[in-house]
Amino acid sequence: MASPVLTFTDHGIFCPAGDFHIDPWRPVPRALVTHGHSDHARPGMGSYLVSDQALPVIRRRLGPITADAIPFGQSRQIGGATVSFHPAGHVPGSAQIKVTVAGETWVVSGDYKTEPDGLAEPYEPVRCHTFISECTFGLPVFRWEPQPKVMARIAEWWAANAAAGKLSILGAYSFGKAQRLLAGLSPQGPILTHAAVEDMTQVLRDQGYPLPPTTRVTPDITGRSHPGALVIAPPSALGSAWASRLGPTEEAFVSGWMAVRGIRRRRALGTGFVLSDHADWPGLNDAIAATGAERIFVTHGYTTPFRRWLETQGYDAGIVETRFTGDDAEAVE
Amino acid sequence: MNRFAALFAALDGTTKTGAKTAALADYFRTAPEADRVWTIALLTGRRPRRSVSATELRLWAAEAAGIPDWLFEESYAVVGDLAETIALLLPALPTGPDLDLTLDEAIRGLGRLTGQPTELRRAAVLAAWGQMTAVERFLYNKLLTGGFRMGVAQGLLTRALAQATGVEEATLAHRLMGDWDPATTTFPALIAGDGGGNARPYPFALASQLENGPGALGPPADWLAEWKWDGIRGQLIARPGTYALWSRGEELITDRFPDLAPLADFLPAGTVIDGEILAWNTGENRPQPFAALQRRIGRKTVSKALLAEAPARFLAYDLLEDAGEDIRHLPLSHRRARMEAVIAALPPGLPVAVSPGIAFHDWDALAHTRATARAKSAEGLMLKRAASPYFAGRKRGDWWKWKLDPWTVDAVMLYAQAGHGRRANLFTDFTFGVTLWPGPQGPRRTGVRDRVRRNTGQPSAQVRHRAALSAHAALAA
Ligand SMILES: [Zn+2]
Ligand SMILES: [Zn+2]
Repeated sequence: MASPVLTFTDHGIFCPAGDFHIDPWRPVPRALVTHGHSDHARPGMGSYLVSDQALPVIRRRLGPITADAIPFGQSRQIGGATVSFHPAGHVPGSAQIKVTVAGETWVVSGDYKTEPDGLAEPYEPVRCHTFISECTFGLPVFRWEPQPKVMARIAEWWAANAAAGKLSILGAYSFGKAQRLLAGLSPQGPILTHAAVEDMTQVLRDQGYPLPPTTRVTPDITGRSHPGALVIAPPSALGSAWASRLGPTEEAFVSGWMAVRGIRRRRALGTGFVLSDHADWPGLNDAIAATGAERIFVTHGYTTPFRRWLETQGYDAGIVETRFTGDDAEAVE
Repeated sequence: MNRFAALFAALDGTTKTGAKTAALADYFRTAPEADRVWTIALLTGRRPRRSVSATELRLWAAEAAGIPDWLFEESYAVVGDLAETIALLLPALPTGPDLDLTLDEAIRGLGRLTGQPTELRRAAVLAAWGQMTAVERFLYNKLLTGGFRMGVAQGLLTRALAQATGVEEATLAHRLMGDWDPATTTFPALIAGDGGGNARPYPFALASQLENGPGALGPPADWLAEWKWDGIRGQLIARPGTYALWSRGEELITDRFPDLAPLADFLPAGTVIDGEILAWNTGENRPQPFAALQRRIGRKTVSKALLAEAPARFLAYDLLEDAGEDIRHLPLSHRRARMEAVIAALPPGLPVAVSPGIAFHDWDALAHTRATARAKSAEGLMLKRAASPYFAGRKRGDWWKWKLDPWTVDAVMLYAQAGHGRRANLFTDFTFGVTLWPGPQGPRRTGVRDRVRRNTGQPSAQVRHRAALSAHAALAA
């Protein structure tokens, strides 16, 4: 019997025919990486292959690396395997990776989101025999509202705070969520950014992603110098001395986890808005159906119930263990 | 339920008391009057009767969501709240017309379901879900399941209502007490005080914890001291044709204490007394431990044997109404004198007495008396300013509880276990190690604090506080 297209090792997902890993978490000679988030793009690989659009962020985050980039949709032969990258809709540049060996195709989803957000290259279903899907939000209680509704609510909140003489601080992951907010909110005042957010925003802006002008928060900037401003900062900045220095503010956290009151309370997330860069329950189910795959491996998230659910839907389903499990995996996006 | 849902979102979206008060006050000015009454009822713990069981709700929700039972349970385990699990699981609305039931209509609709066949109740609940937004569904489910918590303290509610109506807070607090029925009470009647019936209690005056001893309280002569008993705080009401006993939690407990019922025949009509219900040791003429009373609390009917083992006695602290007149504004010393006269006039043998005052001339002497509280089966002392009125709720400065320090023990926490469901954010079970024969250094503390933080992810102070609580609970048991 021929070995499977992809296998699961203690370094991550491995392709024996092409002798490469996908999103490995330990140093390997050759890594194919789906996107620039730190639970996928790890330092220390001999070489990297990523999508054209993902490369600048990954370089910025990992420093000097040996890396090659490939346009979405273009095939490349690596040993006995044919690989190609396809948009995952998760964050700008994020990819699903398709691997075909001897006529059998597997797809690794990486992180993905099915709803177009106006910034990331929209998710494209890829036909395959076996699909390895994330399931961060793999329970039916997670159903997202359409993005325009959420953006409208954030805009309303921003306007109300501005009218009350307060700055609005949004806590959002500095790569992906932060820029999605920038692109999705129509400007109604100055937009300020935390240094970590501004760094990533500048990288994407240089790539040509359409992002509005922003101002990096420096010691001379406060609510008085920029009345009615929106501030975008990493979640860790909420409630910090960095935030209180700005003067009177309202804070809100932007995340899919905000959907559940119990989770919000358990993690002391405060108030905020439900907006996720991952697929919700209907999104996961639709995406899996669209691949036409008969075998599904699930990873990252509520893997046990989601695998069981897929079995009841007639799939041959399994779980891929990752190093990022439980709360660690839930905390990253 | 749009308006009610908006109120809920406003209250839920902030931790600031000022913002909560403003949102509530606005609601009490503008929402439909019948909805205001239901909202007050819900916020003061008055629940509509349950017409649907939790089991039925789970079943119907899982069906409507098209998921198997086990997946419903998995979801519930993550969400930790049944009403919210259902609200989140149901498929999104078809963007059809929003019928927008008022809160009053929704609750009355639920009332009509009581006793109806399952199929009819199921259809009604599914239809209601189909017309609601996620927040409205959540609130509707809370109405169905009971257990409403909106994080609104009583004081905040009365403040908001006072802002909206112009009626004074303390007056409102009194008018909201008692056994009024939201289905038959109108908003103007409730605010005017026509809702509570004859058995309505007064809001309990509450004392604050005295942290650093009485030294700063001023001249001892301004103060009255008495024992702080470890029983159930209660309010005894004798009015024409009415006898009622209320607990501090505004629960009517008249029937739980049939042994106090003879008081109904002898207290003059128009008498309201604040006091402590205790299980009495008749032989030694002193209170039994709280555990004895606890055996009676949970039971609707009390057996003869239990009545004999733990007979109830009411120790009176304060007189709130005398000969039908509200005397709460008079000084405590005056109220107490009148109370002593009322009780002295009763025939002997009734299960009631004045809680004795403690004479003292200086704070040091009182501190010595306090140290003997355990021997008296008391928790410590109460200090009340002699000139104080009987105020509504907690008002710092006039009434203090000066409790004995609890016993302490040096123990090492070995395990902390998180709770389930709505207690999932708390550590609820602890395991301690205690050194029975301490070595020269006593129990080893090195590194415990770091281990607590590493193993629980919570600052050790918080965990230690809870650990201390449960250690005390364990030692008391
Ligand atoms: Zn990820
Ligand atoms: Zn990601």
